[in-house]
Amino acid sequence: MLVGYRFSAKEFNALLTELKQKYRVYAPVLLKGKGRFSNSDIVGYGEPNTIEDIVFGHKSYFSAKEIFYPINQTLFYFTADEYSEPKVDPRDIIIFLRSCDIHAVDRLDNIMLKNGSEPDYYYQQLRSKVKFILMDCINSFDNCFCVSMGTNHTENYSASIRVEKGFYLCNVKEDIDGLFSTLGTAMEVQPQFVEKNNILVNLPENLDLDIVAEHEIWQEYGARCISCGRCNTSCPTCSCFTMQDIFYQDNPNCGERRRVWASCQVDGFTDVAGGHSFRREKSQRMRFKVMHKVNDYKKRFGVHMCVGCGRCDDVCPEYISFSRCVNKLALAVQEVNNND
Amino acid sequence: MTKNPYLPFKAPIINITKQTETDWTYRLACNIDPKWGQFVEVSIPGVGECPISVSDFGPGYIEMTIRRVGKVTKVIHQLDQTDHLFIRGPYGNHFPVPSFEGKHLIIAAGGTGLAPVKSMISHFYRNPELLKNFNVLAGFKSPDDVLFTDAIANWKQQFNVQVTVDNADENSGWSGRVGLITNLIPEIDLAYIENTRVVIVGPPVMMKFAALEFLKRGIAEKNIWVSFERKMCCGLGKCGHCKIDDTYVCLEGPVFNYTKSKKLLD
Ligand SMILES: Cc1cc2nc3c(=O)[nH]c(=O)nc-3n(C[C@H](O)[C@H](O)[C@H](O)COP(=O)(O)OP(=O)(O)OC[C@H]3O[C@@H](n4cnc5c(N)ncnc54)[C@H](O)[C@@H]3O)c2cc1C
Ligand code: SF4
Ligand code: SF4
Ligand code: FES
Repeated sequence: MLVGYRFSAKEFNALLTELKQKYRVYAPVLLKGKGRFSNSDIVGYGEPNTIEDIVFGHKSYFSAKEIFYPINQTLFYFTADEYSEPKVDPRDIIIFLRSCDIHAVDRLDNIMLKNGSEPDYYYQQLRSKVKFILMDCINSFDNCFCVSMGTNHTENYSASIRVEKGFYLCNVKEDIDGLFSTLGTAMEVQPQFVEKNNILVNLPENLDLDIVAEHEIWQEYGARCISCGRCNTSCPTCSCFTMQDIFYQDNPNCGERRRVWASCQVDGFTDVAGGHSFRREKSQRMRFKVMHKVNDYKKRFGVHMCVGCGRCDDVCPEYISFSRCVNKLALAVQEVNNND
Repeated sequence: MTKNPYLPFKAPIINITKQTETDWTYRLACNIDPKWGQFVEVSIPGVGECPISVSDFGPGYIEMTIRRVGKVTKVIHQLDQTDHLFIRGPYGNHFPVPSFEGKHLIIAAGGTGLAPVKSMISHFYRNPELLKNFNVLAGFKSPDDVLFTDAIANWKQQFNVQVTVDNADENSGWSGRVGLITNLIPEIDLAYIENTRVVIVGPPVMMKFAALEFLKRGIAEKNIWVSFERKMCCGLGKCGHCKIDDTYVCLEGPVFNYTKSKKLLD
């Protein structure tokens, strides 16, 4: 028997109001005028005031990662003699997100918390505050291939939510502060997961990097990609960053060190002194990204990095499709193996 | 909460030695305990941070030889002996120095590549009985680029040191070898090839051709070590800049055995 509750919009808004006393609550909302074209809107993460603000029918353009891994984050402030760390908002965080995006957080955790000898101090601070509310995914959106990536199901959430006939149905694993049970009507609810996408991806297994690196399929991408890095910034699993120092103009002895998201697709990512740079060709960068997402990350952490959300395809101005590229790669590798 | 590894600490400058126009050595007072070939992240708040190898160390101090190439290194070169630097680390792995004991060790370094191996050379200079035989080959662009001239003069009294420059101006007064470092490799006396260990550090092309030259002489791949330089921001396995395939150079490197390094494809 799965515990759950049914809420009317009014009841759920009462729940939201209560939650917001202690938590910052984030969900996909409509960001007015923030779209790709002038006067267009976009769905992104924000703090909804009411349940009606939450967009259930569209995929969010950006992922939820910016909430606990900000695009631009101050690591410390300094004066001539000392440092101070920025204050962290004491409230915990609740995020509404789908199964693939919950898996994506696990992918970030692997790098930020488990890679190397110690967890990332700043990431851990925010990440340890986060609880998930799973948004049921019933129908696949454009460009999604979560089923191929095995990320369409998850058990990792405090509560789930879907809209059905004007009511909000929640499966509750953790009754946050006892609020779900006091504000909703108990009933059995089972979360629903998408079981089929229009896009199927064949994951190439046991890739031999020597063969892959030489393969001509990358040339096409080298010619088309403009190194804008959108595929990286929209990806819920990309974690790379660069450090930046700034000082304040009115007092050059004071300033801050920040980190900002970085991208393996853009120029300068691998530049070293003496004019050397690695992966200068865009074709090599595409190969590096694809191999990271569906091959070498798995060698390190046991799961593929890509969760199949399709955001990179949604945003690429050159209409480069990551899923099609992976399929081509699988085919190319198969051909090479057959010829051996 | 765990301690914050991104916070650097203050290390006073004890002494600055000018090696060349662009490479200066800084001795800092600090109590970290680096191993041969490790690096630290050096920073000047307000300017930035960069990875620099520890070129020598001893009780209560470390040394770094820093080439002025850009933002941070330019400001470092403006400091004087009463200033301090900020550092965090040490990071990365190190040369397997104990495994070289009793062997014939050959170190081939190109340019600033001499910095990461200098502490290892000093160690064997102080403890010559630890090695059966020792060759150091160092290649620089021109006579003006030669690093650690004083130290090299001392080393020469105890073991085989060969310095070569790519080009020497007729008026430079250079009496040493001219030509690529790879030219020196065929001349080394390799009496105990099984017991010979080779370390190569320098720019990517230099490491590649030097390794091929040693392989030609019959040194086994597993007996060769290299040290890689990659763009690095964190040194902690998080920022992703140094990643090659599934390897993080800041964690599993910068020192690699050749059997592994030849498989790393950027
Ligand atoms: C493990 C390791 C050990 C190193 N040891 C030494 C050493 O002992 N002595 C020494 O002089 N240098 C060393 N370097 C190189 C040194 O890190 C760079 O020269 C330095 O980062 C440049 O910083 P900057 O701010 O002055 O230059 P910037 O203004 O940032 O850039 C100038 C040039 O340096 C390149 N660069 C920027 N950041 C890095 C980086 N993190 N790594 C490499 N190149 C970079 C830029 O692409 C550009 O070409 C080492 C690098 C690594 C990875
Ligand atoms: S690589 Fe593309 S499809 Fe995969 S997780 Fe990132 S954005 Fe989503
Ligand atoms: S979004 Fe498209 S064009 Fe931009 S870097 Fe990614 S693949 Fe290249
Ligand atoms: S330097 Fe940041 S991951 Fe290696």
